[in-house]
Amino acid sequence: MSVGDYIRGSQIWKSIFRHPAPVDRRNRVVVMLTNFFLHLHPVSIKQQGIALSYTWCMGGITFFLFLVETITGVLLMFYYRPTLQFAFNDILALRDVTTLGIMREIHRWAAHAMVITVWLHMYRVFLTGSYKPPREFNWVIGVLLLVLTLLLSFTGYLLPWDQLAIWAITVGSNMARATPFLGYEGPGAQLLNIGGFDLITNGSDARFLLLGGRFVGEATLNRFYILHCVAIPLVVALLIAIHFWRVRKDGGISQPL
Amino acid sequence: MLEHHPDLTASVIYGLGWLYLLLFLMNCAWVWRSYHQDGEVKLFGQGVPVASIWALYAAMLGMISTAHLTGSNNPQMFLLRMPDAFKSAVDSLSGPVSFFSLSVGLFVAVILLREWIVKPTVGWVLLNASLIFLALSMTDYDFRQIVGKPDNVPIVAMLFICAYFTWLSFACAVENDKRKAAGKPLYSQEKNDKILVWPDLVYSELICMVLVTALLVAWGIVLQAPLEEPASSAKTPNPSKAPWYFLGLQEMLVYYDPWMAGVVLPSMILVGLMAIPYIDFNKLGNGYYTFNERKFAISTFLFGFLPLWVAMIVLGTFLRGPNWNFFGPYEYWDVHKLELLNNVNISEWFWYKVMNTKMPVAPAGSDQATQIGYILLREWLGLVITVAYLAVLPPLMAVTVFRKFFVRMGFLRFMVLSNLILFMASLPIKMVLRWSFNLKYIVAIPEWFFNI
Repeated sequence: MSVGDYIRGSQIWKSIFRHPAPVDRRNRVVVMLTNFFLHLHPVSIKQQGIALSYTWCMGGITFFLFLVETITGVLLMFYYRPTLQFAFNDILALRDVTTLGIMREIHRWAAHAMVITVWLHMYRVFLTGSYKPPREFNWVIGVLLLVLTLLLSFTGYLLPWDQLAIWAITVGSNMARATPFLGYEGPGAQLLNIGGFDLITNGSDARFLLLGGRFVGEATLNRFYILHCVAIPLVVALLIAIHFWRVRKDGGISQPL
Repeated sequence: MLEHHPDLTASVIYGLGWLYLLLFLMNCAWVWRSYHQDGEVKLFGQGVPVASIWALYAAMLGMISTAHLTGSNNPQMFLLRMPDAFKSAVDSLSGPVSFFSLSVGLFVAVILLREWIVKPTVGWVLLNASLIFLALSMTDYDFRQIVGKPDNVPIVAMLFICAYFTWLSFACAVENDKRKAAGKPLYSQEKNDKILVWPDLVYSELICMVLVTALLVAWGIVLQAPLEEPASSAKTPNPSKAPWYFLGLQEMLVYYDPWMAGVVLPSMILVGLMAIPYIDFNKLGNGYYTFNERKFAISTFLFGFLPLWVAMIVLGTFLRGPNWNFFGPYEYWDVHKLELLNNVNISEWFWYKVMNTKMPVAPAGSDQATQIGYILLREWLGLVITVAYLAVLPPLMAVTVFRKFFVRMGFLRFMVLSNLILFMASLPIKMVLRWSFNLKYIVAIPEWFFNI
């Protein structure tokens, strides 16, 4: 008996993998049903439904990039401290000193790539009419995921705390102060006052909520850090789960009827 | 206009050598394909294999690549570069108007000429032309300063990727449309057996993950993530730009105030995207590529995605410099470049030019109601135009251009669709009005931060 057979016959192996190796037809079906990660997929699928020229693989790549971001992001969190004192120097150290500082490069490039792959995924879903009934609501979830992807990228942009970061966030968040009714330079904000006392000022409007201050500062860094590392990823993970579940429940990958 | 910066370094030439080498290898593969598929073409009364023309082209690329890789001692003397005359011509011809017209023109051309463009040879020629244009442009110092920024590399890649997938989708759509017209089943219906997910899908996913990981690692090694000086709220960079994927929105700030460009229009984009499945009543084209069965839906979406989103990002990233002024692709970003801004509001035009009087202003010390009355009187024309645009046009469209749509969609769906279309059209309309009449605001009520 070879070592491989011994391991595969052991109680430990069998307790983890509840089926023999997927080498014959029966076990290729069983593996899809008994493995937690694989059970997202159906057991069998139409050949053209997974043709690369049809799907472009963009949804799958987007999900994979999200996983890459999670892994590299967690590793970066060990080194990075989101305070004015340390933030920039920690990134500098990641670039020049820290072993495997390339994690920052991979994190940034994967983030750019993820924005592009989300667009292309939507592009192909639109062009194949895959949002049509019964998949309408999954498209809506997809649009929410697009927004959250952009927000993830936007909040992460601030964290290096260099000139590129704060001014990009300053320009981006300046829009918020023009929000109708909720921004202090937005139309209608003047109407929200009680006895001549303005409710919407630069210390209480939408931009202040976003930045945690009147300008991009330490409170903003903390706010964006928590949004970037905890709050938005949790929501994204939940929506991805629903998105995948709905793909299966709405009839799998779209195909000509 | 300033002289073009003469600088060209040895490392740039060397890098371009690798790009030409890649092009050479790609075209070698293309020669092989052409040899087996393309047949002959008549030249000087003689049959010549098409492959031999490609072979000549590939050989030329090989020589160009060698010239770059072996290099000369003095990079300044290197001859293979974009001619200065061409650069000056492009710079002087380019501007927001010509850029937007070009992107809309391309969009229309892709749709009208789709059956011609999707031919593999045409696609290949376009790819080669754009790559050689990029390679030659990289010999220009100012072009390199912008396009070569690490954060801008993904945008260049995105352009090629978007172009490729647009081409691919049209290739599939044209094929499907031809089959439908001939009464044949779709390509994807012909050979469509059920297969097991293990191994067919699971393995291709694994390969895909490995390739993406390899690409990211290689990308991370070659290009360092940008890190500028430490943040300083006292030193404002000029230009200050939002992250690249928001630059289309930042470009809209040229034409609309922040409350429109930064809040209302982006919200309408998202609402519009979410509304798509509920307003598209067309049952055809579900689960396969087609153009003929969904002409309106696909044209509208492509218009929103290609000229209004991708092209605006390109404009905002590569062609907008200090003070958000427009700069040609080979132009130095001169902080002191002046652009005349003599834009006028509709109200100014109406009262000064048409009525030949002063603008109505509330008498000093008048109560609030009087002031509001005077503001509304001052802006009456713009307000009427805006209300008419949003309230009169939808029913008008319902009985004219969109009559069939209205009948099939019902009142509510049609109102949502027509308003979304009107909001989408409001951007190009404002652009054209700005360019042709120097229009600043249709409604200008700075007192209430309400400028449209």
